Amino acid sequence: MSDTSHGVGGLSFDKSKRSLPAEAGVAIALVLIIVVFELLDLVLMNDSFLFNTRENVPGIFNQARLQIIILQVSIIGIIALGVTQVILTGGIDLSSGSVVGMTAMIAMSFAQAGQINGMDNTRAVFFDRGWVDLPVIIPVVIGLLCGTACGLINGLFIAYTKIPPFIATLGMMVSARGLAKWWTAGQPVSFPTPSYASIGAGMMPVIIFACLAILFHLILKYTVYGKHTYAIGSNEAAARMSGINVARHKVLVYTLAGLLGGIAAIVLSSKNLTAQAGMGVMYELDAIAMAVIGGISLSGGRGTILGTVLGALIFGVIISGFTFLRLDAYYQEMVKGAIIVGAVVLDQWRQRRSAARS
Amino acid sequence: MASDIQTDISGADAPAPSAPLGDVILRTEGLTKHYGGVHALVDCNFEIRKGEHVAIMGDNGAGKSTFVRQITAVEKRTAGKVWFNGQYVDFDGPLAAREAGIETVFQTLALADHLDVPDNLFLGREIRKFNLGPFSILDYKAMREATKRGLERTGVKIPNIRNTIQNMSGGQRQCVAIARTATFHSKLTIMDEPTAALGVQETAQVENIIRTLKEQGEPLILISHNMRQVMDLCDRIVVWRRGRICANLRKEDTDGEDVVAYITGAKTQPEYDTAA
Repeated sequence: MSDTSHGVGGLSFDKSKRSLPAEAGVAIALVLIIVVFELLDLVLMNDSFLFNTRENVPGIFNQARLQIIILQVSIIGIIALGVTQVILTGGIDLSSGSVVGMTAMIAMSFAQAGQINGMDNTRAVFFDRGWVDLPVIIPVVIGLLCGTACGLINGLFIAYTKIPPFIATLGMMVSARGLAKWWTAGQPVSFPTPSYASIGAGMMPVIIFACLAILFHLILKYTVYGKHTYAIGSNEAAARMSGINVARHKVLVYTLAGLLGGIAAIVLSSKNLTAQAGMGVMYELDAIAMAVIGGISLSGGRGTILGTVLGALIFGVIISGFTFLRLDAYYQEMVKGAIIVGAVVLDQWRQRRSAARS
Repeated sequence: MASDIQTDISGADAPAPSAPLGDVILRTEGLTKHYGGVHALVDCNFEIRKGEHVAIMGDNGAGKSTFVRQITAVEKRTAGKVWFNGQYVDFDGPLAAREAGIETVFQTLALADHLDVPDNLFLGREIRKFNLGPFSILDYKAMREATKRGLERTGVKIPNIRNTIQNMSGGQRQCVAIARTATFHSKLTIMDEPTAALGVQETAQVENIIRTLKEQGEPLILISHNMRQVMDLCDRIVVWRRGRICANLRKEDTDGEDVVAYITGAKTQPEYDTAA
């Protein structure tokens, strides 16, 4: 009290009262989950979850498993980076899975090889027009534009018609899935050129995910864009009164989310060497789950990309751990649902506690 | 102090010849705002001079906050002229008004809960290291230092400016909102019921900050329902009633009862007789 010049104000600042950043809690949860799986595996399977138990393979850790854990979450992780920014503004994006499916179909049809094993690939979508064996830049640019356009449409509807993001992106979710099916009347699009196939080959999805995560971490932390994203999610009225062009900013956020969906679609179709209309179903919910598990508050304004990356890793460890325990996929989904609800409950509790403290 | 006043504005943008701007910092003529059929603000002629602290009083719905929203360009006025700092102005939006030097502490605190003190002070006008449009790099260090200087000027002490707003008390939040005005060397500060939600001690703290502004010669428009506060802090009281100004009183010539009579409609100054 004595440190205020006017002698009042109650400006107590007690370091011990400050809560740890949400990411620290997420990181601890990640470690705990790994430990639980390690113990379960030792007891039930008589094997180690993370450590290398085979003598003919070098290394301390089970490298193959680590790779699988990261690889299987990296593509949805790319989507989650965009969804994270949308949630930070207090919005939601339900369209990302469908956008991935649609973009994968469209991009892949411009990436098809003209010949398979010396035979003409007559089933290629644009074979009759001769649009086969195109340089890889064409399907990539088309894919990025396609994802960006979906995000732009979402953003324009949300910012200028004031319909809730839930409805706008729900509409896009249904429409984009419809377009994906209409594109080839439901037929899969396969056999990409080798250069397109190399985009998502091996550990490339992980590298792309990591680069994008670092890029968006820096953008959110050090740029005006990031500051305004948090400000809008934190107090939209305050952001508007401070002179931030809230509508334009929202369009930008949703457009970037669409762009990231486009990138995910390219990587996914390239990795699988095929695109199908049903690709990416439920990805939007997995991406939202990763963000929420990573401590992104659904009410907006709080959370970081680091949190989302940790959330994605938790997601990967759980799926991998269940698979290793030879549990059915049904159980995985049931537990996944419980974890999402649990993460939101935890977030609410955290907010109430910080509100009660102030 | 009158050096930056442009007194030779001509044509439609000129103030009435009988009333040169002189050291007037803000003047409105015939300021009017309609919301559809609701006439929230009618023909308001108002002025405030450099260094002056003017109180705006009136019942709920009298037009006080509407008046503030017009001069800060949060809303677009229906009719009327505004001169600020010697210039005829018609701001595009709140940012333009802030850049011109009108700083407002809003009734609903315009602070983002999850951001810290410098972030909130510079919200919407961040200091940039490199200008890359929306992806411009922020200069955190410069903003922190400017924040510290602003807090010193107002005598506000906040132990850790990197603490987020959600971890602060109501008084601290109000201090941050007020410090925002000091950081930017505003030419006119407007406070819309700054102490309405505060306790006794916190109110005292905010009032002390207002006195500091007075000592520094910063003009202030204070909207308040608190008669003691208005009498303590302001030179002049302008009373609004049903969208119109009904009295313009110097503090020395009036007292609490008199002001209440104007607020409730028991009295109207002769020159504002049309208001009734």
